[in-house]
Amino acid sequence: MIRRHPQIDGQGRLRHLLSIDGLPKAMIERLLDTASAFLDVSDRTVKKLPLLRGRSVFNLFFENSTRTRTTFEIAAQRLSADVFNLNISASSASKGESLLDTIDNLAAMNADLFVVRHSQSGAPFLIAQHLDSLGKDVHVINAGDGRHEHPTQALLDAYTIRHFKKDFTRLRVALVGDILHSRVARSNIHALTTLGVPDVRAVGPATLLPGGLEAMGVQVFHDMREGLRGVDVVIMLRLQNERMRGALLPSAQEYFKHYGLTPEKLAYAAPDAIVMHPGPMNRGVEIDSAVADGPQAVILSQVTFGIAVRMAVLGMVAA
Amino acid sequence: MRTSILHGRVLAPSNRFDPKQSEGSIGPMGERAQSAGDDLQNGFLADLHLADGRVIAIGNDCANLPEGWVADRVIDARGMVIAPGLVDLAARLREPGFEYRATLESEMQAAVVGGITALGCPPDTDPPLDEPGLVEMLKYRARGLAGAHLYPLGALTVGLQGTVITEMAELAEAGCVGFSQANVPMVDTQVLLRALQYAKTFGFPVWLQPQDSFLARGGIVHAGPLASRMGLPGIPVIAETVALQTMLELVRVTSARVHFCRLSSAAGIALMRAAKLEGLPVTCDVSVHHLHVTDQDIGWFDANHRVDPPFRSQRDRDAIRAGLADGTVDAICSDHTPVDDDAKALPYGEAEPGTTGLELLLPLVLKWAQESRTPLAQALATVTSGPAAIVGADRMEGAGAGTLAPGSIADLMIFDPQALWTVDRNSLVSQGRHTPFLGYEMAGRVIMTLVAGVPIFQRS
Repeated sequence: MIRRHPQIDGQGRLRHLLSIDGLPKAMIERLLDTASAFLDVSDRTVKKLPLLRGRSVFNLFFENSTRTRTTFEIAAQRLSADVFNLNISASSASKGESLLDTIDNLAAMNADLFVVRHSQSGAPFLIAQHLDSLGKDVHVINAGDGRHEHPTQALLDAYTIRHFKKDFTRLRVALVGDILHSRVARSNIHALTTLGVPDVRAVGPATLLPGGLEAMGVQVFHDMREGLRGVDVVIMLRLQNERMRGALLPSAQEYFKHYGLTPEKLAYAAPDAIVMHPGPMNRGVEIDSAVADGPQAVILSQVTFGIAVRMAVLGMVAA
Repeated sequence: MRTSILHGRVLAPSNRFDPKQSEGSIGPMGERAQSAGDDLQNGFLADLHLADGRVIAIGNDCANLPEGWVADRVIDARGMVIAPGLVDLAARLREPGFEYRATLESEMQAAVVGGITALGCPPDTDPPLDEPGLVEMLKYRARGLAGAHLYPLGALTVGLQGTVITEMAELAEAGCVGFSQANVPMVDTQVLLRALQYAKTFGFPVWLQPQDSFLARGGIVHAGPLASRMGLPGIPVIAETVALQTMLELVRVTSARVHFCRLSSAAGIALMRAAKLEGLPVTCDVSVHHLHVTDQDIGWFDANHRVDPPFRSQRDRDAIRAGLADGTVDAICSDHTPVDDDAKALPYGEAEPGTTGLELLLPLVLKWAQESRTPLAQALATVTSGPAAIVGADRMEGAGAGTLAPGSIADLMIFDPQALWTVDRNSLVSQGRHTPFLGYEMAGRVIMTLVAGVPIFQRS
């Protein structure tokens, strides 16, 4: 039985942000526009808005992360919320408490918003549906679930692309690397196709590309030079250490030779192509330092925009 | 005890009884049989007389009845269907070892509420059914509960560990009808070969669920576009076909009788069709849920859909239905696997596989029959005479189980094919409350179940 997407409430409002899959184009555009307004706040001397004053935001990271957690924390503080960071992997989960028991306990502390990262695909859906079934007025934001989605990363990537390229409907975008294990890739694919990008490509060895990408509107390339030919945006994906040697890949060296982004390979892209990376980067594995620090890289802009985008998401969901 | 069930529509799959002989005759109540529109496929209006746990006579003709027949109990089955009790090839009753999930009491009751009078039980209990004492205890416990007949499967290897074969002859004496690894994979093909040779020595059937443990490793849902979209590791169809090819090759050299459990893919059904054409001594079953549900139904990570093997594509589901239509698939089972709430209230990938099935078997078979326009008798054969032949229930203690004919055991059920009911946590008797069909309205409800002529369930 296909049910209504749990992130949209009965009135069509964004109640939670769980996935880009199923997020209407107009809603994505509104989030990007709101982020644009918030970007100015970050440039002021007094970087605060009272939008979420008195609200409690709980960062629930069942999986370690520094960057995403920190940017959510900054975003919530700039909206004047009270922020609590919980590193769950080191506390209740290791004591054997179930996920929903943890959630019930934190909800009883009158949380208004949970920012959730979890190693299992779909975990934020379980949490959101559980809270909704109890009638709790608590919002859930997915900060990365397993290999499923990382919606705020896709929104900040879309923001970055719009900032540098203006119009989505004429772009060629290539995602390069470990698509199979990447929640960033899945969210990006949904965001880009929803926003009207006509040419979305996935580049990588067959062992790192999931089946059925074509059904998501993506062209598959195994030859990186072919895949990068004429593209306006290159999104590099992080290759996890544990994937570098095994049945998926023989070695980091061989991977870098064929799928690492070097100036030579980047030359196949459009001359004004931008290079993005969700971080943290593995220099010399998926990206050459000459590119990472080069003029076409917009990786640090992504980080800056990330705060404004997360402010927009927090504001839109909870306000 | 003499019982007469009057005015019901008798459905007797693969029946040895020819209704034409009694057509137009006068019934015990002095009524003329209404033969218009009746046929073997849709049943025929008739009375059924039971005595000493057996069917004595069917029809509208008193002539078959013993002199001076007076029934102790008369059941009016007007508007109802009378059919053999269902034979379910796979019901996990969770004893011994998993009593917190379900107990023999609760699940045996759920079975008769669902019209099931014979249950095949996989050996994946804790400890597994690898010793005669465990099997005897299970049968003893079940006898005390006076419900459906139990047909335990013995473990094929000690502890289901795939290394040492069990004392199959001893286990068979204790009541095992076959030997199985349940869904624990058999990695070592040499042990599998030896196990098949040993089983063949005694003529015991071996039940195998084909799934290559390496190709299925870490998998959660059907490998396809949906798995990619949801970011869940997939179990590819080749996990089923690679294992099935290997097992079929071992059947070719051993001639062991093998029953394949829970086929889930179009390619698996095709291999099975070819194997039967080749004349191999093989049969197979599918789970009733796989006749209806596909991977697309998982929705937003609804753990009620997590099963093993996973729900596959619509093409696979259609192939399963085609396999039933042409006889490639011999039986439909409930694959009843009660799971407690805590084990399902987890992220999809951590939730335990399993759905409740005993009470849904009949309505889901009826739903399939209606959607595919399969005649009722043919549809019911897949849950009565078909599985009875596989389990041997047509030959053993319940001689004639799975059908209704004079002389066969009076394991039967009466159901109202029109009755509508909604599946919800409160309407289920089983302690397993998880199913993709929660909230669905079902047609077909069992009114009464009799085992050996004794009503053991009657809906009030």
